[in-house]
Amino acid sequence: MSFSATNFAQPRPVPVGIRSNEKSLSSDPFRFRFRGSPSFLGSPHSLRFNPTPPLKLAIPHCRRSTAAAVTDVKSSANMLITKEEGLELYEDMILGRFFEDMCAQMYYRGKMFGFVHLYNGQEAVSTGFIKLLKKEDTVVSTYRDHVHALSKGVPARAVMSELFGKATGCCRGQGGSMHMFSKEHNLIGGFAFIGEGIPVATGAAFSSKYRREVLKEASADHVTLAFFGDGTCNNGQFYECLNMAALWKLPIIFVVENNLWAIGMSHLRATSDPEIWKKGPAFGMAGVHVDGMDVLKVREVAKEAIERARRGDGPTLVECETYRFRGHSLADPDELRDPAEKARYAARDPISALKKYMIENKLANEQELKSIEKKIDEVLDDAVEFSDESPLPPRSQLLENVFADSKGFGIGPDGKYRCEDPKFTQGTAHV
Amino acid sequence: MLASFQHSKMLRAIRHKNILPAISAFRAFSSSAKEMTVREALNSALDEEMSADPKVFLMGEEVGEYQGAYKITKGLLDKYGPERVLDTPITEAGFTGIGVGAAYYGLRPVVEFMTFNFSMQAIDHIINSAAKSNYMSAGQISVPIVFRGPNGAAAGVGAQHSQCYAAWYASCPGLKVLSPYSSEDARGLLKAAIRDPDPVVFLENELLYGESFPVSAEVLDSSFCLPIGKAKIEREGKDVTITAFSKMVGYALKVGRILAKEGISAEVINLRSIRPLDRSTINASVRKTNRLVTVEEGFPQHGVGAEICTSVIEESFGYLDAPVERIAGADVPMPYAANLERMAVPQVEDIVRAAKRACYRSVPLAATA
Repeated sequence: MSFSATNFAQPRPVPVGIRSNEKSLSSDPFRFRFRGSPSFLGSPHSLRFNPTPPLKLAIPHCRRSTAAAVTDVKSSANMLITKEEGLELYEDMILGRFFEDMCAQMYYRGKMFGFVHLYNGQEAVSTGFIKLLKKEDTVVSTYRDHVHALSKGVPARAVMSELFGKATGCCRGQGGSMHMFSKEHNLIGGFAFIGEGIPVATGAAFSSKYRREVLKEASADHVTLAFFGDGTCNNGQFYECLNMAALWKLPIIFVVENNLWAIGMSHLRATSDPEIWKKGPAFGMAGVHVDGMDVLKVREVAKEAIERARRGDGPTLVECETYRFRGHSLADPDELRDPAEKARYAARDPISALKKYMIENKLANEQELKSIEKKIDEVLDDAVEFSDESPLPPRSQLLENVFADSKGFGIGPDGKYRCEDPKFTQGTAHV
Repeated sequence: MLASFQHSKMLRAIRHKNILPAISAFRAFSSSAKEMTVREALNSALDEEMSADPKVFLMGEEVGEYQGAYKITKGLLDKYGPERVLDTPITEAGFTGIGVGAAYYGLRPVVEFMTFNFSMQAIDHIINSAAKSNYMSAGQISVPIVFRGPNGAAAGVGAQHSQCYAAWYASCPGLKVLSPYSSEDARGLLKAAIRDPDPVVFLENELLYGESFPVSAEVLDSSFCLPIGKAKIEREGKDVTITAFSKMVGYALKVGRILAKEGISAEVINLRSIRPLDRSTINASVRKTNRLVTVEEGFPQHGVGAEICTSVIEESFGYLDAPVERIAGADVPMPYAANLERMAVPQVEDIVRAAKRACYRSVPLAATA
């Protein structure tokens, strides 16, 4: 599938207050088409998710946002990316894919344990968004966070050791697969609870705005990306944060990785109105739907959203239609999903798509792409070897870092007002 | 910051003064006997911390234009502006998470819950994103946030507005849980909480807000802070130890005066800090008196008293001359009717009875209506 010229819909006010099954389905282009009778409580097989045409911009009815950016791109340059950018994107997606495949291997060999949620198939979203960020920008993720960590720049060695539970991991083995934190790369989680990362991300965006306006730090224009799935979009915290982010015009982008499935719950069975991008305008922010299997389209939408946030024009809700090729986690037998659906999305593999685009547009040749793959293979072999050889955390690490204040009492590094209970500092819990 | 000699002098002065509520006929005047309500104490603490550090900001429902649901944040909106005193929508989970996210980046939010009952809507963020983050990130991300608000029973507000959350929050590693009694406690502990680099749950009491306590000049100083994790011996004694926090300290002090008339000298410990619990002070006191009565307003099972009792058994079992008496609220959701509510919360008579039982002055076990 090559990148086709954007089927650009003119910005127009979204008709507010339309309910799902009331209007005639054929006439309204914003509605999904359902084949057969829409029996929401029945088997998901009777509902076919027919994706809408790619890029649509929904403008809240009280405001017009500048959609000009995308049309400009269409008319000016022929290529959306340069060769360097293309190779960077390709390398990042290959790293994400190979890493996750390696995780599966390691899990079945017993080196990795607990919950492991893999990202295969969704690489375009991570790469498309995160590669546009500065180092100071923040990424908040969910339990499916390995590839977000890698795209943000956390070394593969650190992520792999963390998964093995070794002391050299990015969180010294204390977080695990679902809790990747890296202060240096501004990746602040890794949250296991659905929806938990969204308010935290909104807070990070709030701190950026606070620093700029109250603390008067002129360079504080950092944006925050919050990644979460379709299941989360039915959670209360999501709506609370859409409200507050729009109310206070926070520099945040809410990125919905709509892979249609929340473990075994089909998005269509769980949601009264499955079009998530429409929930943005309901709160007064721009809502965008994009084909999440195409990294270049994601990148275009991301560029506009990030620029909007950095300018101070507030949040955006981006719904990326994507798919996970593996089950929800490595423990998921993945029996409920239709093999035909899986095959359809496998044909839209983002890595193959980018490869085809780059070769057809003479941005790179097979040789160069193969050498990238080989390089990533070596990076991963090195990461696994490093993690294997790394030590387990020492026993003393059990009681460390419960508090930032290392003795657990009082205030002040100068020792004043500090109350020293000898038992606490020596850690009498017998390990 | 006070110099260390002033600091120890101050602590000694505080320890030996009996801080009694409102009017007391005879007291030694150590410095200016100024009186301050708990409300004013909290307000002044917030004011001073906000002016000292621009990263401190307040958020909560009605903290701004309404001047605070209980007027704790009165005047702060006018002084610091809407960017630092945020009126939030009614979204506890959302705004608590926003506070945590801001704290990840070094800002110092003070999140107000209108009552701690509402914190249950946000408890995921208090525990999972605030308390556990420093540990999960192996020390990379600390969360210098304060969650404050009224806790425990008020008067006639019913079951959903009356629960005490001290035991729940204090069982979670990664949180510090403080509960002040007097104005001096309120000022010192809130300032310490705001300056602390870790998440602090600050449990106030609505019925104490209006109570007035004498405060010394040291307490009024803007760098006054109380250490976290240190209890205060409000009244020294040698026959029985009574531990309490928040409003129950006032009751325990009344009990102390009543028992004194009968020849029982009670030592009253104001816990101040529920987590970390000042086990050394409690144990030292029990080793001196050999009897213990724990008092709390919350539900009895798995409560603060249960933890104190176990700590004493683990460390000072040989010193106990009588079983530990545990006074707690009744094991029922709080009723509304005034007479039932009175029975559901510890009263001075209940504590007196328990202390006498601990001292083997035969008193029947069950309370009568």
